[in-house]
Amino acid sequence: MAVKGVIEVEVELCKGCGVCIDNCPTETIALSKSVNGRGYNFAYPENPESCTGCTNCAIVCPDTVITVYRAKV
Amino acid sequence: MEQNIIKQEKNKVYQKSKLLIDRVMHYCPGCSHGTVHKILAETIEELGIQEKTIGISPVGCAVLLYEYIDIDWQEAAHGRAPALATAVKRLYPDKYVFTYQGDGDLASIGTGEIIHACNRGENITVIFINNAIYGMTGGQMAPTTLEGMQTSTTPRGRSHIETGFPIKITEMIAMLPGVVYATRQSVDTASAVRKTKKAFLKAFKSQELKKGTSFIEIVSTCNSGWKMTPVEANHWMRENMFPVFPVGDIKDLI
Repeated sequence: MAVKGVIEVEVELCKGCGVCIDNCPTETIALSKSVNGRGYNFAYPENPESCTGCTNCAIVCPDTVITVYRAKV
Repeated sequence: MEQNIIKQEKNKVYQKSKLLIDRVMHYCPGCSHGTVHKILAETIEELGIQEKTIGISPVGCAVLLYEYIDIDWQEAAHGRAPALATAVKRLYPDKYVFTYQGDGDLASIGTGEIIHACNRGENITVIFINNAIYGMTGGQMAPTTLEGMQTSTTPRGRSHIETGFPIKITEMIAMLPGVVYATRQSVDTASAVRKTKKAFLKAFKSQELKKGTSFIEIVSTCNSGWKMTPVEANHWMRENMFPVFPVGDIKDLI
């Protein structure tokens, strides 16, 4: 049993500031190469399998675009 | 497949506060204001005081704060939020009243208001965002600008001979007997955000005790005004602002 997490980013609301990436302890998140409707390189889970659901990214997100799920699987 | 198992309503551990109105904030990417607004909404939601809270929004970047959190608001003239909060609290002593002010608002034009409101021990909470610059008007020098820091009005760096030293408002406020809680926090990392939220909860709870003013300074970034990326601005803040504005509780009589 390991604790696993999943993050969900509201792509259209993300401004691509990168603060979540700086605060992610497992290097799960990265900025996408494509842009959203407002021209920002949005954050997305590049290595989803390494996410532990610690919620750090969501807590520091200034625009609160990240929702976090966590479970033992 | 595994992702779909985890992604269920019962496993949700973090989501946007219901008090935050669904509207894209006008702030620059990575602005500390957004994080502080979020903590504020979460605090009010956790305490269950949405119907009993009245906020006073400032002049500055956060002037549109009343558009983002679903509580009652008043908009004050520049620097006059503590005076308006005094009036609101005296008319409605059972409401939770707070002001939200920046350093150009609170530490410059509104210094008289904040010092006298704190000296009277008004039973309000003051949230003070200190980013060492006038962010909204184009990055001019503020009273809290660090020595040697370049701004659009101090292109060779601030010199105390011409413009004085960075003013430490929270230390000044903490000396006043009317203040029960004075603390300085930041929102650059997840642990800092958690600590700031604890300070918010404590400050709002202290209004129930009717002992005096609670004052929270948040050392913040203005990446547009500082001409850095949001992540660089957070690192710059830790290196340069924390030695002048050390984080932690300055006074706690609760």
